[in-house]
Amino acid sequence: MPPEIMRPETEGQLADLIRGAIAPLSITGGGTRPWPGEGGGTHLDMTALTGVTLYEPEALTLVVRAGTPLETVRQTLAAEGQMLAFEPVGRDGSTIGGVAATNASGPRRVQAGAARDAMIGVRFVDGQGEVIRNGGRVMKNVTGYDLVKLMAGSRGRLGALTEISFRTAPLPPVTLTLALPDLDAAAAIPALSSALGGPYDVSGAAWLPGQGALIRLEGLAASVTSRAADLTDRLQAHGAVTEGNPQAWLLLCPNTQDPQADIWRITCRPSEAPAVLSHLPEPLSLDWGGALIHVRLPADQIPDLPHFSGHARRIRGAAPALHPAADPLTARLERDLRAQFDPRGLFGGDA
Amino acid sequence: MMQMPPPDPSVLSRRQAITDALNAALPGAVIQDPAETRAYECDALSAYRCAPLAVVLPRSTDEVSRLLRLCHELRVPVVPRGAGTSLAGGSMPTADAVVIGLSRMTDVLEISAPDRQIRVQAGRTNLSVSGAVEGLGFFYAPDPSSQLACAIGGNIAMNSGGAHCLKYGVTTNNLLGVTLVLMDGSVVELGGPMGEGPGLDLLGVVCGSEGQLGIVTEATLRILPRPAGARPALIGFDKAETAGACVAAIIRAGIIPVAIEFMDSPCIKATEAFAHAGYPDCEALLIVEVEGTPPEIDEQLALIRDIAMRFDPVEFRESGSDDESRRIWLGRKSAFGAMGQMGDYICLDGTIPVTALPRVLAGIGDLSRQYGLAVANVFHAGDGNMHPLIIYDANAPGDLDRAEDLGADILRLCVEVGGCLTGEHGVGIEKRDLMSVQFDPADLEAQMRVKDAFDPHWLLNAAKVFPLDVSAPRRDRRLNRTPHAA
Repeated sequence: MPPEIMRPETEGQLADLIRGAIAPLSITGGGTRPWPGEGGGTHLDMTALTGVTLYEPEALTLVVRAGTPLETVRQTLAAEGQMLAFEPVGRDGSTIGGVAATNASGPRRVQAGAARDAMIGVRFVDGQGEVIRNGGRVMKNVTGYDLVKLMAGSRGRLGALTEISFRTAPLPPVTLTLALPDLDAAAAIPALSSALGGPYDVSGAAWLPGQGALIRLEGLAASVTSRAADLTDRLQAHGAVTEGNPQAWLLLCPNTQDPQADIWRITCRPSEAPAVLSHLPEPLSLDWGGALIHVRLPADQIPDLPHFSGHARRIRGAAPALHPAADPLTARLERDLRAQFDPRGLFGGDA
Repeated sequence: MMQMPPPDPSVLSRRQAITDALNAALPGAVIQDPAETRAYECDALSAYRCAPLAVVLPRSTDEVSRLLRLCHELRVPVVPRGAGTSLAGGSMPTADAVVIGLSRMTDVLEISAPDRQIRVQAGRTNLSVSGAVEGLGFFYAPDPSSQLACAIGGNIAMNSGGAHCLKYGVTTNNLLGVTLVLMDGSVVELGGPMGEGPGLDLLGVVCGSEGQLGIVTEATLRILPRPAGARPALIGFDKAETAGACVAAIIRAGIIPVAIEFMDSPCIKATEAFAHAGYPDCEALLIVEVEGTPPEIDEQLALIRDIAMRFDPVEFRESGSDDESRRIWLGRKSAFGAMGQMGDYICLDGTIPVTALPRVLAGIGDLSRQYGLAVANVFHAGDGNMHPLIIYDANAPGDLDRAEDLGADILRLCVEVGGCLTGEHGVGIEKRDLMSVQFDPADLEAQMRVKDAFDPHWLLNAAKVFPLDVSAPRRDRRLNRTPHAA
């Protein structure tokens, strides 16, 4: 049976719907980033809340309603020579609210930060139907608690985002990708760390099967050329350096709608990545210098990993799984916060 | 004048029992002699002072945990303190509070070049974090102007910024994890690789919570490779509006310098008289700094020069050497000292959309004349974080009140044009009662609910951040509770 859907057209309608709700809700944008266990209850479809509220390119500021398609945002910014620096991967239907609520961040995170770093303001409706504003439209703002960060990546568990302010960034005039095609995933890690550890302003450090280690440089032409030459010298010790495929950066985030097998997302310190990788089949990709691993595993298998400082999560498959489990104190704080913002437990999802 | 709530008589009446219990828990770490607690009676907002009940200087997370558990059991308020450099009164004590200071927690715990991170105890100073990784070719990016003295724990509490955050972001963008001790003494690790934990971004809300959610005892910080070099250009204009337009044009052209600093005419005159940096006599001055290898710097400065020339500057001076760079920065870095020569001053910290700069500068000029107090402007123009300095005479009766009223009106103007009350100093007690200008009751309620989850009895730094009348029901709830037997 298809889920019941509610589709508010204004923030006021959304607040009324939440205030009147008596059963669990799933706040949904384009539905392009679901995790196992999410999506139960009535769908609160946010895609009618669209539109750019404010865009000031000279102030690097964009304010946009949550249901606005990511593609619209991208085109709006590109028309003024700008972008979202955190480089969210989008699929058909992806909304900017979904990007914010999942903290969806691409390769440029190593240089420019994540979605949460570019988010400078939010409006949202909490579980009592109350409209709450936090942050604003300026990038330097420490007035009161930073609920913007709390909402970023909260996956609809505290409230429904209605509007988000972003810091934008100029599109780089020149992009160059270097590759070390001979390196396997584990051997790529020290090469990526070396590149990120030097004064080259690296804007992407990744690995893909068949393409090897990938390093991206962006900026003004003369600058990219000189950094590429210096970096190539530095990386020779790790293997042959060639020019890489500039399209590779689009392939780093696996499509979780692919029903073939379970997909796991693992974060770790890059120095821990080789040990983690030694317990896994060849990964689908590495990103963020090795701090992010995506790997396909047989259905329902839990990977047997050595101790490491991050976590592993099944992001595609039948059942939710997180390894190691959250510690009891963190779990208590999250439960208490959710009880504060959603005392009726409407925004279920146990991810 | 800022008011503080009256101290809790049920705490004051137990003073001896409380200090005995603290001494028993942490011998040698407790300061209770009034002559010695006086050093902790204020922070850098020195117009406001109050000696605390006692000061404790722990050495480890475990000691902080034991102290907080004890204070929690005794229902004694706690004020956390880094180095006491807050300009907003963030670490000002109350008479019924125990100050827990981090000054003995300065160790470097781990440095990892491959992971580009350092882990330190939270009492370590900002500049000495960079110092610890300098030999490896790294630095810690947030650089508040108090960086020689201020502690990382205080930086995290206030989400401190600095002159270079246009490119590198503020504390929250460079913080990967913390060890946080909650008021009940429990210890939690937040964050993780890339700053990411498995669930809600608790690290993100702890950063900037002004010591109201817990005490950060250890922090993992992102370190960055030091750029090959940096060089500034100095650009003078005969109108403040033109300088503002030039800033917008530089950003619009796709150049993000590491810093764009702005000084207005009163500020230029004062710093020239004080530091003799050789600045042109003009209405507004920009210092624009770019980084990279020499060819990269040349390329960026050439573009900036082309843009600046379209605005007919009275001077464009590009640094060609380290000595010239030093001279260009000299006046800017002396600005606050120069203001101190003119009189006492209040340093404001509002942020505005950079597009509102001309309107706000004109508005500040009008208010300055209306109040009869001089205001000099020196600020981070690229990100709109203004630092108007209101000059007053602390010995003239009523002058401080008038200066504070002028400050409040300037901050109201910042909010009115779409900005905020504070860009990097924090709310503390200084902007606490203006919070309702920026936030609706529901917005403040949402923030206080976060504190309810972390510190249900409102014992930690409770009389800060939220207007006293707004937080009163929560703070009073605590006063009605009888303390547990210790």
